[in-house]
Amino acid sequence: MAVEPALGTLTPGGFSGTALRADFAVFDGPTRSGKRLAFLDAAASSPKPRVVVETMADAYSHHYANVHRGIYELSEDATARFEAARSKVARFIGAPSPREIVFVRNATEAINLVAFSWGRTNVHAGDRVVTTQMEHHANIVPWQQLTREVGATLDYVAITDDGRIDLDDLRAKLAKGPKLLAVAAVSNALGTINPLAEIVAMGHAAGALVLVDAAQAAPHMPIDVAAIGCDFLALSGHKMLGPSGIGALWGRRELLDAMPPFMTGGSMIIRVTMEGAEWNEVPYKFEAGTPAIVEAIGLGAAIDYLTNLGMEKVREHERYLFEHAWAALGEIPGVRRFGPDDPAIHAGVISFVLDGIHPHDVATIFDSEGVAVRAGHHCAQPVMLRYDIPATTRASFYVYNDLDDVEALATAVRATQMLFAG
Amino acid sequence: MDNLYRDFILEHYRNPHNKGHLDPHDLHFADSNPTCGDEMSMTLRLDPAHAAIADVAFDGRGCAISQASASILTDGLRGQTLDQVKAMDPKELLDELGVPIGPARLKCALLAYKVLQGAVRGGEVAWPAEAEAVG
Repeated sequence: MAVEPALGTLTPGGFSGTALRADFAVFDGPTRSGKRLAFLDAAASSPKPRVVVETMADAYSHHYANVHRGIYELSEDATARFEAARSKVARFIGAPSPREIVFVRNATEAINLVAFSWGRTNVHAGDRVVTTQMEHHANIVPWQQLTREVGATLDYVAITDDGRIDLDDLRAKLAKGPKLLAVAAVSNALGTINPLAEIVAMGHAAGALVLVDAAQAAPHMPIDVAAIGCDFLALSGHKMLGPSGIGALWGRRELLDAMPPFMTGGSMIIRVTMEGAEWNEVPYKFEAGTPAIVEAIGLGAAIDYLTNLGMEKVREHERYLFEHAWAALGEIPGVRRFGPDDPAIHAGVISFVLDGIHPHDVATIFDSEGVAVRAGHHCAQPVMLRYDIPATTRASFYVYNDLDDVEALATAVRATQMLFAG
Repeated sequence: MDNLYRDFILEHYRNPHNKGHLDPHDLHFADSNPTCGDEMSMTLRLDPAHAAIADVAFDGRGCAISQASASILTDGLRGQTLDQVKAMDPKELLDELGVPIGPARLKCALLAYKVLQGAVRGGEVAWPAEAEAVG
């Protein structure tokens, strides 16, 4: 990438987070406290590489007009770039066709689209929907609203002590014959990587469609909807080096074709008369109004950047950092870590609490050490309930992190404990 | 930033004053900090005329800032009339804490104030403007 990595900084796959820091302007200078920034909050939203910011500036400056409308060079240029971004998303997740990619604001909107459009058409009084106790609120609240509105029932699959989906409980919940199973690929609060292919097969065997919330997975590991076998998949651009305000819903063509529009207006119609309207084909049926054109192009640039690194290597890199950080935190007395011990099923997300110290205090003291982490319930309050804690501190890794960041994390934990031990 | 965790803040956190639950009590209110979900409750006993605070206790788990703030706030309440409490300026509490509270932590520092106002006004009150520096 920008500079030749020093050999000592390489993680498996010849990967150097240290070298990649140069690609991100946010790492150019020290923090307010004069420290080297250890950014450990990609799980909330990731920094953007210069190439994404520059691509967007270039698109706004030289290639901008509305898409799918103008019969002139600029509009055709903008449309081509916008649609190229859609194809990049499709290839990135193994979708058979870019027509199955609907641009939305984020994974939350993708899930809401399914809940409103597919859900309100197919889920009726007395039906069931299944989600898990591990989910982000974005994969809980839309199903609560749907089931409440139509008089259906929402079941939650339990999680084990070490933060895995309880497959026996999943089997029991599926035995009740739900219409849909909504499940995360990776838990944003615990870091658990779920056995998706197995879960999807179980869902299908029970006659349910399966929606996968891939917001926490798509940025960090290869995703292939064909291999997963799911029916819908949601992702957010801002967690995967792309801009905020752009995400994608993938759905099987025949499902999308049969679904009514979610929002209505311009672009999503073929013909409007005073009596009614005829819907455009997918994905445009679901993209009412002028879309986030430049954000989509920016997401395309982020996907190019990740693809250039290689998603297998990104995963290996994060697994390496996880193993070191998990071990480093495990050596410090008074640290309780959450999620599975096994690095094969634990993404680069570590939730932990320090005995007797509130996560908010932890994050504030970490901040003074130049370590940016998230403290709170991570929009997953049922997970906090499961472990009877109000909140955790969460460190999450990405491509620009390195072993110095792992060391900064461990040092910040010790500094916090010392301050509170007083 | 380190200034935030001065010794007296940590001392109040380790050994909070007025922690617990008064039973019986005349007023009771609980509220939470939306940023972290931390809950705090307060119970108050009034004087026979029901005009002034005779005793107070707060309960709940939270960060050092919220716990120290509740400890310091409740210390000064005995003998105060309900009207005085209602007229209390949240800035006074921030001044009393005497440490620089960043925008992300203002709700931690003012949760006790919000719970107290809810108790004396008989229902939830809005966050004071001082806590809304960050949305």
